Amino acid sequence: MTATLETSAENTATAAVTLSGVRKVFGHGPSSVLALDGVDLRVAPGEFVCLLGASGCGKSTLLNVVAGLDAPTSGDIALTTTRPAVMFQEAALMPWLTAVRNVELPLRLAGHKRSSRRAKANELLDLVRLGDAGGKRPHELSGGMRQRVALARALASTLGSAEDGTPGLLLMDEPFAALDAITRDVLQAELLRVWRETDTAILFVTHDVREAVRLGQRVVLLSSRPGRVVREWSVDGLTGEDEVATIEDVTARLREVISGHAAA
Amino acid sequence: MPQPDEAVLETDRTGDLAAVGAGLDALDAPPQQQRTPLWQRFVSTALPPLVAFALLIGVWQALWASAIWPEFQLPAPGDVWAKVTETVASGDAAEILWTSVSRAVLGFLAAVVIATPLGLLVAKVRVVRAAIGSLLTGLQSLPSVAWVPAAILWFGLTPSAIYFVVLMGSVPSIANGLVSGIDQIPPLLPRVGQALGAGKLQAARHVLLPAALPGYLAGLKQGWAFSWRSLMAAEIIATSPQLGLGLGQFLHNGQSLNDISMVIAAIFLILLVGIGIELLLFRPLERAVLRARGLTGAL
Ligand SMILES: Nc1ncnc2c1ncn2[C@@H]1O[C@H](COP(=O)(O)OP(=O)(O)O)[C@@H](O)[C@H]1O
Ligand SMILES: [Mg+2]
Repeated sequence: MTATLETSAENTATAAVTLSGVRKVFGHGPSSVLALDGVDLRVAPGEFVCLLGASGCGKSTLLNVVAGLDAPTSGDIALTTTRPAVMFQEAALMPWLTAVRNVELPLRLAGHKRSSRRAKANELLDLVRLGDAGGKRPHELSGGMRQRVALARALASTLGSAEDGTPGLLLMDEPFAALDAITRDVLQAELLRVWRETDTAILFVTHDVREAVRLGQRVVLLSSRPGRVVREWSVDGLTGEDEVATIEDVTARLREVISGHAAA
Repeated sequence: MPQPDEAVLETDRTGDLAAVGAGLDALDAPPQQQRTPLWQRFVSTALPPLVAFALLIGVWQALWASAIWPEFQLPAPGDVWAKVTETVASGDAAEILWTSVSRAVLGFLAAVVIATPLGLLVAKVRVVRAAIGSLLTGLQSLPSVAWVPAAILWFGLTPSAIYFVVLMGSVPSIANGLVSGIDQIPPLLPRVGQALGAGKLQAARHVLLPAALPGYLAGLKQGWAFSWRSLMAAEIIATSPQLGLGLGQFLHNGQSLNDISMVIAAIFLILLVGIGIELLLFRPLERAVLRARGLTGAL
């Protein structure tokens, strides 16, 4: 399923999520902040899109709006997926629950039966290679392990309701930014593996160009204040010199966007 | 800048990756806490207060032996102990303790039932907080003895008067504990709950209340202390045959009979119940809750 979608991502009529003219203003009057202004974006089912931008450009705002945690001031968001799952920079696991019960939580909220949700949760923990750590509490896990439990929990929340084959959507807000370089590298590879195994569409927010180019099929650059889509790159399957060249290109554009603000 | 990930990156074969990941997990997971052996915990937690208690008795005995104060003001420790064993042996102690403890527990449970929704409302509804938030904090610092005269005028010398005082003493503490417990929840957790699909009630049940549990427990503990204190205040002042004989009345009778041994024995019993409930119920509960969350620093 993924393979066919990957090749025809641009011209499929269906999309996992379509944003049109999304605008978000925080506050009222003269002190209001225009965080997003006319963002148009489409993510195909099963597609991996990286949203890149300087910090403060509205990436988190955009993700929260797609997740339904915030309402857009104007504009339209059309989802064809199940409830989007969200992962934050912090794992934000419930400290009173064991790893497996954390993963179970979204299934429990959705009203699944105890035995089926336990089985599903264990399956997802296996997927992130934490099958043995299900009984551990968050404080007994390392940062990378916690983030993997959070990934399993996010997947549970989007796949839990997808028994009928509705595709999932995973929204990730700089999920690896707080980890050390080696752990981040391993988790990036794990994420790619999980993505391939689950057919979930991913909208991945980062300010790290290398991460964006390595992970995504498409990199979308967001401008700052207000956030708008500046440019897109198709980075699927890039290796070696092409990858390096793209990273340089994206970095140059990002620098341009940032230094454009110094004059203003 | 050379990246340390480059080497790992090249070998994207799953086997290697799994090995690296497993190695990181093993290296990076926080070390498991060793549980100290029982006798060591006994030595470090139970011994110091026992020694302090023994010293206190020793000083008391010495002061009594020096006969600075007359016998009716400072009794011998042995006399007080005799009084305690006498009331225990006659079965009065059990009756007195039962009267008071059952009142305090009943009052406390009623306070929990009232204070929990009240605390939730104050914490989550802005208007309610603005309206009665400071009142609730203020009530906490009002000594509950102050309610006794009003309670007697309103309810007469009845158990209702006593329960009213107990409620006024403990409800504010429990509600305030819950409010501060909820205020201290990291804002990300309710957001995660929402993102995972929790409705308002589900969020309260599965995120808010468990996240606020440490603060709530602290409130419960304080609420118990306040209901016990308030009960004693009410019982000492509101004495009447139809109210039965509680610890407070026992203390009051001691004063009427000019029996200092009886007075001190009563104080001893009051303390014993307070400390006993704290040590047997709230301390282990709090310990278990905090330990489960990795908050072992306070233990
Ligand atoms: N709740 C809020 N109230 C007011 N301004 C906000 C709020 N959240 C974000 N902003 C502003 O919106 C802009 C975008 O923020 P954010 O989406 O967090 O950026 P990013 O995630 O890209 O770093 C920033 O200028 C920030 O100050
Ligand atoms: Mg952000």
